[in-house]
Amino acid sequence: MTTDPELSFLTRLWFAWLCSFRVLFDGRFAARVWTVCEGAALLPAARPLEPAVALSRTADITPALQLLSLLQREGRLVDFLQQDITSFPDADVGVAARVVHEGCRKAMRAHVEIEPVRPEAEGAKVRLESGFDADTVKLVGDVKGEPPYAGVLRHRGWRAKKLTLPSLVGGHDAHILAPAEVELG
Amino acid sequence: MTRFAVGIDLGTTHCALAVAPLDGEGTPEVMGVPQLVAQGQVEARPLLPSFLYFAHESEGAQALPWDAERRFVVGEHARTRGVDAPARVIASAKSWLSHPTVDRRAGILPLGAPEDVEKISPVETSWRYLEHLSEAFDARYGGGEAALAKQEVVVTVPASFDPSARELTVEAALAAGIEKLTLLEEPQAALYAWVLARGDAWRNEVQPGDVVLVIDVGGGTTDFSAIHAVDKDGSLELVRVAVGDHILLGGDNMDLALAHLVRQKLEGEGKAVDRWQQASLVHACRTAKERLLSDAKLAAAPVVLASRGSALLGGTLRTALTREEVTRTLVDGFFPVVPADARPTSRARGGLTQLGLPYASDPAVTRHLASFLARQAGALGITAKQRAPKLLHPTAVLFNGGVMKADPLRGRLVETLDAWLHGDGAPPVRVLGGADLDLAVARGACAYALVRRGKGLRIRGGTARAYYVGIESAVPAVPGVEPPVSAMCVAPFGMEEGTEASLPQELGVVVGEPVRFRFFGSSVRREDRAGTVLEDWKGDELEELPPIEVTLPAEGRREGDVVPVRLRSRATEVGTLLLEAEPLHPMKADERWRVELSVRGGE
Repeated sequence: MTTDPELSFLTRLWFAWLCSFRVLFDGRFAARVWTVCEGAALLPAARPLEPAVALSRTADITPALQLLSLLQREGRLVDFLQQDITSFPDADVGVAARVVHEGCRKAMRAHVEIEPVRPEAEGAKVRLESGFDADTVKLVGDVKGEPPYAGVLRHRGWRAKKLTLPSLVGGHDAHILAPAEVELG
Repeated sequence: MTRFAVGIDLGTTHCALAVAPLDGEGTPEVMGVPQLVAQGQVEARPLLPSFLYFAHESEGAQALPWDAERRFVVGEHARTRGVDAPARVIASAKSWLSHPTVDRRAGILPLGAPEDVEKISPVETSWRYLEHLSEAFDARYGGGEAALAKQEVVVTVPASFDPSARELTVEAALAAGIEKLTLLEEPQAALYAWVLARGDAWRNEVQPGDVVLVIDVGGGTTDFSAIHAVDKDGSLELVRVAVGDHILLGGDNMDLALAHLVRQKLEGEGKAVDRWQQASLVHACRTAKERLLSDAKLAAAPVVLASRGSALLGGTLRTALTREEVTRTLVDGFFPVVPADARPTSRARGGLTQLGLPYASDPAVTRHLASFLARQAGALGITAKQRAPKLLHPTAVLFNGGVMKADPLRGRLVETLDAWLHGDGAPPVRVLGGADLDLAVARGACAYALVRRGKGLRIRGGTARAYYVGIESAVPAVPGVEPPVSAMCVAPFGMEEGTEASLPQELGVVVGEPVRFRFFGSSVRREDRAGTVLEDWKGDELEELPPIEVTLPAEGRREGDVVPVRLRSRATEVGTLLLEAEPLHPMKADERWRVELSVRGGE
């Protein structure tokens, strides 16, 4: 049997955190872990160092790479951001921005459903009741006191309702955002 | 057991598939078709671009969820590779499938492919598209009982497809494993889709006496059909009374024309457009055109050509397409205002042609339409007291195809049509609206599969042409003079599916060698019966089709003997025309030989 490669520390941290919950709430999983840890069978599972806050998972960055690849393919976004544009006149930047805007807009519309967080027009007076969702509404300006708050909507916010990305097949390496192109003949 | 009704739009530039369960109240839904959209990336999209790319060895397998080892690509990735490596990509296979003078079963595509590509036939290309749809369907619905092979499948063809092109489409579908197959003409599919979209309200919009003109301008072809609403014993019946000629003219030609114009503009400014940019130019022009045609307030739309390399700034070209240019090139170029007696010109072709395909030489859709309406003036039958009209008088128009999404183009057609009708003493037309022009054909085909199961009204009409066999007259040979040919009607106009006709005359066929007959079709001679012999006819009444061929096996006969046979024709349930030769003195019961329709035509 070959030796399994070691996992990175971050992955281990995340996995350990995940395991602790599954051991607590998933009897079968606990039993399987028990079996694997037969050597230390008599000891209760060591309690891993639990992070004070839940870190978002860092395990799979493939979808993020795919999104970059998509925006590059349809709208040359990576080309645009990688190029130093300081020396170019605004007219040139404008022309390039059209390429990027048109392509990325098309790609975004085809793959992400986006809607405003707040339906009101920007500039409208809004009232936030107590218990409003602080994840969806950020308070700015003279932030103090208790809800309800009365304020003016400065930005409607955006919510991605749905994101669909192409599936990868045939062991495609998502790190290649755009292949190099070599013209023959 | 059959569970689904499936409609497939096998288009020149795009394919689509719609599906509805046979039990219950399900309506046709368009299925997303998984396809490679870039190397190694699969995505389901409603349209499957009709392009096939032969991946180079270095690119490795072009894996799909259902096949890890595939070496070719169908769909979006194939279309985009058409820009990068055009010699390895097949486009417009459907136009090749109906090409009268090439062998459509021979490996000829892609034209000019490099040596490592094993070229395939137009039939096989269509088969690959249908196979992709079939595999996608099975991946989605699980195969087995739900496999596409077991479902009621309707595949659409242009109304103007001749019998051999229809037969080759069937051949491709059978090769793709589709067993329960029916063909449907695209303009009819568009009407079924419209009926579906309108719900019960459609009966208020189409009344007995109406003649619906379907104008279908797709990516590659333009197709006209007339459908007559008649009262039969108190209920409404729809009868397809006329179809137009096969016109290879569509949205792609229009985009090319615009790209040509913009390229000249750029070159006039001293900016060179390379081959790679030319392809994105066509695409950019299409986008700019769609923007201008959908927003009447816009005076110009930018056309931007990204540079080839990774530096976007500096090499990117910018120009604009103005409303005036779009109007001049598209509206006036492809839909000019012409009188009712205008006819398509058949001059030498200009810049719109591509090697090999018989594109329409006149780009004016309106002239083709005028010609269609004039030829079909008698399509409804004329009663004695009426003045013979100069044109067929449609009362309503249904548009189909991506090109017809543009208001200015629809407007121009309706205006022109109304002026012709006014000149011939007929009222203006109504426009039937409300169907999605990109997906209507697939949806309508699926609706037709349901209709065949008894759900809803069916369009009748039978074959859209009468067919004739050309017989050389037995006259003494005169050097330099071709013997006169008479045409013998073998299948009358409007043969309903499942019916047969038989030629009373005998033909002599040599045993053991293929015997060819010239073959003709007519979309206007409605009165001829099987056996009617035409000694001469007006120039455009009969159109010559690829010849037909029959080979009598020697079984029990001497090679070289001349055997008298009778020709029979049958309009099959599938929607094709079957010709058979029946010997007058059979050697065994029910002896018949199939007459081959799709032989390579004479050059």
